[in-house]
Amino acid sequence: MLTELRMQKINKTFASVRANIDVDFDLKKGETHVLIGENGAGKTTLMNILYGLYQPDSGTISIDGNEIKITCPADSIKHGIGMVHQHFMLVENFSVAENVVLGNEPRKGRKLDRKKARQIVRDLCARYQFNLDPDMLISELSVGKQQKVEILKLLYRDADILILDEPTAVLTPTEIEELANIIHTLNSEGKSVILITHKLREVLTMSSRLTVLRNGIVTGQMNTTDATVTKLVNMMVGKNLALDVNIPYHEPSEKVLEVLDLSVRDSQGHYVVNNFNLCLRKGEIVGIAGVDGNGQSELLEALIGVRKIDSGRIIASSADISSATTLERISQGISCIAEDRHKRGVILEMPLVENTLLGNYFRPPFAKGIRIDYKATRKVTEDMVGRYDVRTPSIDTNIMWLSGGNQQKYVVAREISKPHCILLAAQPTRGVDIGAKQFIHEQLVKERGEDKGVLLVSTELDEILALSDRIVVMYKGGVSGEVTRCDANEQLIGRLMIGQHEEG
Amino acid sequence: MNLLLSTFYAALRLSTPLIFASMGGLVSEKSGVTNIALEGMMTMGAFFAVIGSYITGNPLIGVIFGILGGGAISVIHAIVCIRLRAQQTISGTAINLFSTAITSFVMFKIFNKGGQTDLVTALPFMPAKWFSEVPVVGSVLRELNWFIFMSFAIVILMQWLINRSVLGLRIRAAGEHPKAADTLGVDVIKIRYICVILSGILAGLGGAALSLSATPLFIEGMVAGRGFIALAAMVFGRWKPINTLAACIIFGLADAVQIMAQGLGWNMPSEFYSSIPYVMSIFTMILFAGKAQAPKACGIPYTRESDK
Amino acid sequence: MSKEAKRMLMIGAPPIVSIIVAFLISALFVLWSKDMRLGEYFAALLKLVTIVFSESFSTKLKFMEVLVYATPLLFCGLAHIICFRCGLFNIGVEGQFILGMTSAGIIGQFTGIPAILQVILIMMTGVLAGGIWALIPASLKALKGINEVVICIMTNFLAMHFSNYVALRSNIADVNATATFMIQANAQLPRFNDSSRLNISTIVVIILAIFVYFFLFSTKRGYQIRAVGLNSFAAQAGGIKVNVNIVLALVISGAIAGLGGALHVAGVQHRLISVAGFPGYGMDAIAISLLSNRNPVACIFVAILFGALRNSSRMFQIEGIPKDTVYIIQAIIIFFVAADLISKYLKQRSRTK
Repeated sequence: MLTELRMQKINKTFASVRANIDVDFDLKKGETHVLIGENGAGKTTLMNILYGLYQPDSGTISIDGNEIKITCPADSIKHGIGMVHQHFMLVENFSVAENVVLGNEPRKGRKLDRKKARQIVRDLCARYQFNLDPDMLISELSVGKQQKVEILKLLYRDADILILDEPTAVLTPTEIEELANIIHTLNSEGKSVILITHKLREVLTMSSRLTVLRNGIVTGQMNTTDATVTKLVNMMVGKNLALDVNIPYHEPSEKVLEVLDLSVRDSQGHYVVNNFNLCLRKGEIVGIAGVDGNGQSELLEALIGVRKIDSGRIIASSADISSATTLERISQGISCIAEDRHKRGVILEMPLVENTLLGNYFRPPFAKGIRIDYKATRKVTEDMVGRYDVRTPSIDTNIMWLSGGNQQKYVVAREISKPHCILLAAQPTRGVDIGAKQFIHEQLVKERGEDKGVLLVSTELDEILALSDRIVVMYKGGVSGEVTRCDANEQLIGRLMIGQHEEG
Repeated sequence: MNLLLSTFYAALRLSTPLIFASMGGLVSEKSGVTNIALEGMMTMGAFFAVIGSYITGNPLIGVIFGILGGGAISVIHAIVCIRLRAQQTISGTAINLFSTAITSFVMFKIFNKGGQTDLVTALPFMPAKWFSEVPVVGSVLRELNWFIFMSFAIVILMQWLINRSVLGLRIRAAGEHPKAADTLGVDVIKIRYICVILSGILAGLGGAALSLSATPLFIEGMVAGRGFIALAAMVFGRWKPINTLAACIIFGLADAVQIMAQGLGWNMPSEFYSSIPYVMSIFTMILFAGKAQAPKACGIPYTRESDK
Repeated sequence: MSKEAKRMLMIGAPPIVSIIVAFLISALFVLWSKDMRLGEYFAALLKLVTIVFSESFSTKLKFMEVLVYATPLLFCGLAHIICFRCGLFNIGVEGQFILGMTSAGIIGQFTGIPAILQVILIMMTGVLAGGIWALIPASLKALKGINEVVICIMTNFLAMHFSNYVALRSNIADVNATATFMIQANAQLPRFNDSSRLNISTIVVIILAIFVYFFLFSTKRGYQIRAVGLNSFAAQAGGIKVNVNIVLALVISGAIAGLGGALHVAGVQHRLISVAGFPGYGMDAIAISLLSNRNPVACIFVAILFGALRNSSRMFQIEGIPKDTVYIIQAIIIFFVAADLISKYLKQRSRTK
């Protein structure tokens, strides 16, 4: 059993990015130690090194004073280290049992001993009070249950150190409580847990010690009891930045977007958007809050026209666009900052100039007859890059070379520059540095001031609370509640996010 | 009645190359590597089987040569697709081109002529005299050859391998979610190499079944797209061994219909019959399109985190 | 080295290095085929290179023959480029080319039509035949998401069998030859001089290459096709209809291939000849389009190189080197290009600096 894990002077550089610089990290037996920092601070890199997915450029790892070498996941598993990744590593059409035993299968000769595998799962579930059926397919399980399967994988391999990467990002508040209990049980058994998160709230309630990383360097380490939110933000970000944007009063005018009883089904036929209703007016920001996976992505896809709707209607500026093509909707004045900018927002292998044509290629000044007017396109692109402070060597650089923050600023620039009356902004500051985040927030407020209707979809509750005039909470595809700015607070929204309707 | 029966036996014989090749395609795709190079691997198998039989006079050695030929060229496909992470359909096309070229090249070198080789020793048609004396099924067994028995055995083996063995679980994981398997210490790269080379061995065997049976020689172009029909059978069979076997027999039937038609005195041009398997394949793919589930990560090269 | 020069090197080096390595490896095959010793490697390599160059570029007449081979290769190469740019692999170019040939063989039999009209008719039916044939995999992909590669392989065989039927057993088949009757004089394309088969289709294809370049890089439709090829999700979100462009790319590709086939019959063969296997222009063109980095103008030069290779195969045979050496060279080139080996190597070098 482990007394102590030590990582000393760990250095890791990718291309020109120094992800970990002289990082020291230690873990005591039976404790929960949280690793916090902004996106890109180096937390996941450090843990991937511990788990054997990456090799450090220099530095040592030792357990109980003995130095160990970890060159691949199999090594770390041997040393009792296990990791649950942010994006689950589960084979969708395998059963729970198959996923748990993969790589360390119980055998009868060369044959897979399924009976034993099932028994193993049942035993573990009984011990930790997980409610899982070993034969159920992963595709049939909820996200919270899938996470339990991931934890089972580690427990099956007698992990003494469990690394959980952003475990609460996809859980409802109830599931988060369940997780906290599980971690408590693990600690009492002498197992240690490392939590990677950027959510400050969980830090304070679930851990005994914490380490803060910023830009690859350890900026602080302390017992949780000595920590405050302010201190933490300081260490994470370097300045005392309150999420504070100045929102002047602005009177919204007429309706610009109406979603009426919208229902959308996924490829298996389940309703992911279920009788959703929404009304957006010019000059206001409506925030859609909710835990990731309650239909927000599908709602947005339906709004821009890349996903077919099952029933219901979408009306933009009094025109029914329910069956309109994406092109028609763009012409109607709908701009969209997509959730996944690498997938839907930009074409990475094209230069900025050609990316400007997305959503613009069919109309003047970009199009001239059957041809594209590259001269005009270049001018617009240069204009955007200048006004929105997009840092790039030139407008002919392939957009993949820009940083995440600059890519996002470019997308925001492009979408706002289009003639539009509705702006859909999905996770607009995901993976973006603090400076760009501030800038983007300011742009959203500016849009509101110019009488555009802004629909903000975000899983960052702080963002929603700070910017929205009205908050619509999405739960299981429908609206579980709607709150105005003055009535909004975290507890109320939190309850709505898990489906508890407003109390009297 | 007799005509129908003999058509059925012909179908079985004609389907054996397909069965071997499609099992090869199956194991490769299950592990995540698209393999349209089956055609080239069969060509290598067919040709080297003839060479082996020619050099030693022993058809069994010929079969072994065929297996080695298919296996050897599959190593190239494996390296290009797995290690070098090339687009797998393009690599497959190059393999097919390369196989045709190499076989013509070597044929010219050894037989000093192009087009086709000399006749060689074939695999004995009938397993053993006493087979035909077995009551009831004797008359059936008499019509079959070693390849048919082997092919059925391989299908059963493949069914067990994929669905019941530990290696099969890992193969399927490598094809569905290689990253998940990697994080659990499963060597995805090694598994994919094994599966691609295995597919080459099986396709090579399929080629040998083609060239060392009724007319034992190698003619340029004799594989005639069977490698691709094997792929269609795999899709028809939804990447499951037993279903794929059924699909191969159906395609073998299509080939055999030509014989039956001649027996019936139907007067259609030979190109009509030659076209039937291809038309069937197309319809197969149309019918089974959405329902067919290829392994999720199939066709996508896998990069370990540490290699990035 | 300046940044621009570095960029050009990264783009231009891989194809050139692939060709060089392919020749180096093929020289080994030459050694083997002529039972030469390893020490004579450089002699073999030199022989290989000199045959190719002397057979292709030494006299005007020889170069004209090279162009005769290069023309259908360029048609097919352009067809591939359009599909590759859309993220598709149109392995069916071979069959679409064959159908174009077949249609010309048929239309060319009609008598009493003035020359210009008959040629135009041949071109139009070539375009239609290839385009419609490509509609099969195109619609199946768009409607049902079926992978175009296997369907195209099947349609290639069907096209070949149909073509053979027309050449051998239809009522325009000439029983004394394994081909159809010669097409009418009015259908035959004007040639440049009497000792060569070079004809105006070569001019057509070069103009076509320039047109394809402008199509891809200057027009709205070309932009859409390229966007779909690089990221169909972002293209879709940007208002582009993915399926429409996929179908268009395939059909245009088939049309170009069909045109190439039709002009090959009308200009070079003057009748539809039956084949034992595939003529191979479509297959060879895969290497050509990849090697030219999917650039229509570069494709012209690569097609000439491959035309030179094909042209030399006869001389290879005479010198005792199997003509399949040409295909070995090609396959090696495809391996290299497909694996993108050289660019990856260069990128590694620049990263560790």
